[in-house]
Formats: sequence, structure tokens, C-alpha cells
Amino acid sequence: MPQNHMSKAKGLQRWLVAAVTGGALLAGAVQAQAKPPECIAPAKPGGGYDLTCRLAANGLQEAKLIDEPMMVSYMPGGIGAVAYNHVTGVRDDDPNLIVAASTGAALNLALGKFGIKHKVDDVRWVGALGVDYGAVVVRKDAPWNNLDELMKALKKDPSSVVIGAGGTVGSQDWMKAALMAKADEVDPRKLRYVSFEGGGEALAALLGEHIQVFTGDLAELKPQLDSGEIRILAALSEERMGGPYADIPTAKEQGYDVEWPIWRGYYMGPDVSDEEYQAWADRLKALSETESFAKLREGRGLFPMAKFGEDFHQYVKDQVADFQQLSKEVGLTQ
Amino acid sequence: MFDFLIQGFGVALTPLNLGLAFLGALLGTLFGALPGIGPINGIAILMPLAYTLGLPAESALILLAGIYTGSEYGGRMSSILLNVPGDAGAVMTTLDGHPLAKKGLAGPALGLSAVSSFIGATVAIIGLTLFAPLLAIVAVKFGPAEFFALMIFAFASMSAMMGKDPLKTLIGAVLGVLISTVGVDSGTGVLRFTFDMPELYDGIDFVVMIIGLFAVSEILLMLEHAFRHDQDGEMAPIGRVMVKMSEVLYCKWAILRSSVIGFVIGVLPGTGASVASAVAYTTEKRISDHDNSFGTGNMRGLAAPEAANNASAAGSFVPMLTLGIPGSGTTAILLGALMLYNINPGPMMFREQPVVVGGLIASLYIGNVMLLLLNLPLAGVFARVLQVPRWLLVPSVAILAFVGVYQLHSDLMAIYLMLVIGVFGYLLRKFGFSLAPVVLGFVLGGLMEENLRRALSISGGDAGILFQSSLSIGLWIAAALVVLVPMFAGKLKAKFLPAAKAS
Repeated sequence: MPQNHMSKAKGLQRWLVAAVTGGALLAGAVQAQAKPPECIAPAKPGGGYDLTCRLAANGLQEAKLIDEPMMVSYMPGGIGAVAYNHVTGVRDDDPNLIVAASTGAALNLALGKFGIKHKVDDVRWVGALGVDYGAVVVRKDAPWNNLDELMKALKKDPSSVVIGAGGTVGSQDWMKAALMAKADEVDPRKLRYVSFEGGGEALAALLGEHIQVFTGDLAELKPQLDSGEIRILAALSEERMGGPYADIPTAKEQGYDVEWPIWRGYYMGPDVSDEEYQAWADRLKALSETESFAKLREGRGLFPMAKFGEDFHQYVKDQVADFQQLSKEVGLTQ
Repeated sequence: MFDFLIQGFGVALTPLNLGLAFLGALLGTLFGALPGIGPINGIAILMPLAYTLGLPAESALILLAGIYTGSEYGGRMSSILLNVPGDAGAVMTTLDGHPLAKKGLAGPALGLSAVSSFIGATVAIIGLTLFAPLLAIVAVKFGPAEFFALMIFAFASMSAMMGKDPLKTLIGAVLGVLISTVGVDSGTGVLRFTFDMPELYDGIDFVVMIIGLFAVSEILLMLEHAFRHDQDGEMAPIGRVMVKMSEVLYCKWAILRSSVIGFVIGVLPGTGASVASAVAYTTEKRISDHDNSFGTGNMRGLAAPEAANNASAAGSFVPMLTLGIPGSGTTAILLGALMLYNINPGPMMFREQPVVVGGLIASLYIGNVMLLLLNLPLAGVFARVLQVPRWLLVPSVAILAFVGVYQLHSDLMAIYLMLVIGVFGYLLRKFGFSLAPVVLGFVLGGLMEENLRRALSISGGDAGILFQSSLSIGLWIAAALVVLVPMFAGKLKAKFLPAAKAS
């Protein structure tokens, strides 16, 4: 009977749909425990964390400090909190796993944005491979010739200057502007601050005369600096940087004591053994001393930074404590 | 003046680079065709490979650009064949592409969309070659206020899609806007609707949204039909596989208009193929949908978004190559890829790296021809995919999408979220809502809110900034016109037509 035949086929069909769909869930649930070294970029592909992972992956491979190529995987979500959760909870003792981090992650920890239960000591900070510095940027035709003139204008009327950058209020991009304001005893909350989706959009807004000041990162501005379209009023570094940046004065030497290093580093799970942790710290240290890596780092627009192992762990801990203090002072937290 | 291009063709025509352009085109078509794997993941997967193989910078860029443009071609396939968009730029393609397939015209639909894609990309690449530096200057003039006006225009154009049930279109769009508010607020950093789940901080991922809304809901519908022993909306048998010249000619103005729209929107930093195809589709419906057949399988309704999304892909290279600012999410990754090669794209790139820029632009021309040659004959092959029973096809595609999303998120939460959105999409469909307005509301709403708030932070809360530049005033007028003209046109017709008939 064709009728009967039909319904049998339909019966089979309904189970197949269910089975195939269920299979998808299983496929997702299988979590591969990777053997080769792995770097998690706690973001979508293409961002700063992706490049931080690739810096380690490409560098370590070229310098032959790892036997197998390092895998880069992505874990976007919660501005890095999802990866932090994962490493403190699931893969807490994986000796082959490092996670990319930066000053932004330390700031988020300080502000409790990774969840109040997560502390800086919950992971093992293993090393940083480079650092960039904040920069105060204006268009070439801007009315201010140096930082002091800009700060005087800000002091006179904080809302007369439109400042923009690639992060929300409370992000590390905003902190640069807030700390500048604070150094001049201007209430950071009175600033006219515009947040963009990433530094690229903020730079476009600066070039298009929609904002007047852009608080960006020094090295990533090199192409626009070369072409003369922008001027950098101040580098937020300890001392003047060399090479193409030699003419850019620091904020400090212009009388405003603000520094903002943006380091690029890595952490590991809390239960990784001391030997494994030290092995990674040594590996990163060895890498930072090779000549091929110096080139890679420069191409990535980073300045040298040498902090590894316990040394780096303490550095991040101190920084988070500093940030907690700062965020109170600029009115972000109570 | 075009030395760089001549030099570029010299670079792009070497056997290695030709081979890479072909490989990129082929892989890109595949990545685009698979829902859940778009150009962004495709490039992210191949970027380390290109680097490890030790390819020179221009070769790597040619490969990766091939993947980008190829995936804009490939995205249409599952849109047309399965009603599941292959990537962000292919959402509008489902509207007329899938009805065409249902009529048994899958082959011609695939062929026509390949031709439209080719023309769209060609127009845009020529635009890129001739006007790049000039356009870059105009593009940065587009500030938050202008973007907000553009989004208003896009929403206003959507009123063209309202069709039978304007209220449901409106509700759908508003639901999309609501979903776009989930996550860290872009201005103040405050968490909105995240329920203490860090997975929601970054908002809902576009791919998760699309796969859930379209693919998962499709599976649920099929399950329902299977259990109720209904006839599932059966496909007509596959008719002819080649597109006719007369069909291409029928769409020629739609294709050309949409190419220009797509290119211009692609050039603007921060907007991509999804906005371009939406504006092109709704504009085309306004202009040439005389018998109200858009949405039921009108060839022009298919050609417009396909020309636009390819044009916008090429357009997004303009700000990247001239200003060092990404014009889309995908070019942001290409920028990252260049940084691995110690090349910082920016205003000096045309002068300092003529080999890379020229090679890239030349390879866009070559890759585009390859894609057409690849996609026209493949149309017939891919159309045959429809002979695979849907109960096997759609879940298989969904599994691929699940794996793709998991690969990108390394987190099950994204999968669960996709399933929840799938149920939501299923309910919407049961209540007779169209899904496209929801997706458009989702994409445009986020951009609209961000730019409104940016504009108001710039002006210190003064709404006057929204009407300050001639660009934004023009967009406001255009927005008003697309809503008002048809309303009055309809009334005038009603008034005069009966009279004309009577006399």
C-alpha cells in the first residue's frame, strides 16, 4: 500500500531529523584535549589578542623553542571573562595552554568586570613579550601645539574639547583620557568623551574632524604619523621612545605625570605545576632574546618588555592594585 | 599614475599568485557557502597557514583577499537553496532567491546571482582603482551623525518590505533592535540584559543569530511537518540550469544601481555587506517592483543584494588601503595579517608598498573573473544539491554550522544560545512573521544606537548635530521621501485611476 509505505518513510524521516539534530549537540560537546601547545585569544579572530597569540606562536616556532606548531584558538565573550572562567575552572592544570592578556585585562580584573569572585591571583601570569604606550593624538591642523596648551583648554572648559577613543567609559582607552584630566585636576566625568568600536574607527573620526583628540596607542599610529596627517602631543611612556618616535615628548617631561603602558602578555591555569610554569617563563624569556623575534615584535608595533615568571606575576598584581586605587580616584568605583 | 596597477598585474600574473588567487576563490566560495563559516573565520583559519608556508606578503594577501571576495559569492548558495543565509551579506538573498529555487529555478537563480556578483565586484574594483584616495577623504566625513541618518534611511527603506502585514514587519524590526541591545553598552560600559552571564557581555554574535533564526527554526518546522505527516513545502523539480541572457538584461539596471550602492556603503568604515545588501534590496523594490512580486521570486530582488554585497566587499578595501582603517570586519583581519608581515597599511601604502597594493588590486580583477568562470558552471552542480532530501540536507548543514560556531567560540553557550534563538525564530514563523526584518533590526539597530549616542556625546546632548551637515540633511530628506512618496502615490493613483478608467 502506497499510503502505508509513505507513513513508514515519514516515520523514519522524523527520527532521522531528530537523530541528526541530536548529533550536532554531541559534536559540540566533545571537547578535544589538545596535545600541542595552544594559545587562547579571548576574543574574536583578528583583534589585538589574536595578534598577541600569533606573536608567541610564530615567534616560538621560528626560534624552534617548541616542537609542534602552536595552535591559536578563540574564546570570545565577556571582554575576556569567558576565557578567564575557562582557565580557572576547566583547564586549570593544562601545561600546554597559555592565554593572551593585556593591560585591559588587568583593568577589567581591577574593576571586577570578570566577576567579583575572580581575582588576579586566580591564574599564573607567565610573561609579557612586548609593550606599547598610550599617546595623545590630534590632527595636523589642531590649534594646540603641545600638551600644555591642550590641557589649559581642557582646564578652562572640560566640555570644549571632544575626546574619542576605541573603548567604553571605564576601558583602558578611557583611562588614558581620565588620567590626563586628573593630572590637571579636571573631573574626568566632565570630559566630553566619545567611545568607538576599536581604535581604527576613532582614528577615522579624528581624521574626519568629528573628534578633536584621540587617546590611542603610540606604535599603531606609525603609518598616519609618517604621512604627516596627525601630530602626537605626548607619549604616555616613562621616557622618550627611540626611532621614529624620538621627537615625541612624554607627558611627564611636559609636566603631567601620566604613564600608560599597554603590555601584551600571557597567563596560565592556577594548578599548572611550578616546573611547567617555569618552563614557559624560560621559553618566553629565551624567545624575547632572539634576533628574529626582535623583528617580529617591531613589525607588530611593540617595544621590548622583559618581565617573566614570578617577576611578571608580581607586576600584574601590583598593577591591578594600582588600578583599583585609580578607578576610585577617577570616580569609576567607590 | 597607474604604474602601480601595471606593476601589480606583473605580480598577480606569476604562476604562484595566479594559483593562490584560484585557491582563494575556490576556498572562499566554499567558506561562504557553508553557513557558520564566513570570510572572517576562513581568513582566520588560513592566515597562519600562509605565514607558515613563508609566502611573501603580496601572495598571502592575494590568497586572503580571494577568500574574502569568494565567500561573498558563496554566501548566496545556501540562501537560495536552503533559505539559510551562508553569511552576513546573504540575508537579503534568501528573500527572492529561495522562492526562485522553490519554483524549480535554482540553476538560473545561482547563475544570475553569479553574474550580478561579478558585475557588482567589477564596478567596485574599478571604483577602487580610480577613486580610492579621493573616496577615502569623503568616507571620513561620514561621522556619527551621518551614520545615524544613514541608519534612519535604511529603516525607512524597510517600509518597502512591509508588504501584506506592515505591523508584523515593524514588530519584527523592533524585536531585532531589542536583541541588539544585549551586552556591554558601547558608551558607558554598563551591562545590559546579560543576567550575569559573561558569555552575553559581548552581545549576541551575528552568526549565532543567523544560524539560530534561520537554520534551527527550519529544522523545527521540518520536525513539526514530519510528526504531523504533512507534505513539507515540496520543491519543484529542477528545470533548466543556465541563466538566460534575457534574464540578465531584465536585471541590468537593478544590478548597476545596486553595485554603486554597495560600493559606496562598503567604502564607509564600520558598515559592511549586510547593510549594503539591505539598502540595495529595499531601494530596488521601491524603484522597480511594479507588480509587488519582490519576495516571491523576482529576479531583480535576487540580483540587487548579490551585486551589492560583492561591491561592498571590494569597496571596504578603500579605507583599508588608503587610511589604514578597516572598512569591514573582514578587512580588519586582513589588516592584522599585513601586520604580521611588518606592513602597516595606511596613507603611505600606495607609495611605500606599490607591489603589495598593485598586486592586491590586480588580483581582485583576476580573482573576480575566476570566480565567475568557477561559479557559472557550478550553478548546475550546486542546484543538484536540492535533490538531496531536505530532512538530510538541512540538519547536515546545521551540524556544519554548529561545528563552525563552536570552533569560533570554544564554548557551548554559543550553541545553546543558537538553539534558544532557533525556538524563537520558529515561533515567529508560526505567527507569520518574516525573519528578514528581525535580522535587519538587529544589525541596523546596534549601529543606529551606537552612532546616535556618539553623535550626542560629541555635541554634549544637543540633537541639532544630527541635522548639521549637508550629507545628513540629504539622508533625512531621502528617508522622508521613501516613506511619504509611496503613501501619496497610492492615494493619487486611487483618486485618478478610476476616473481615468471611467472616461
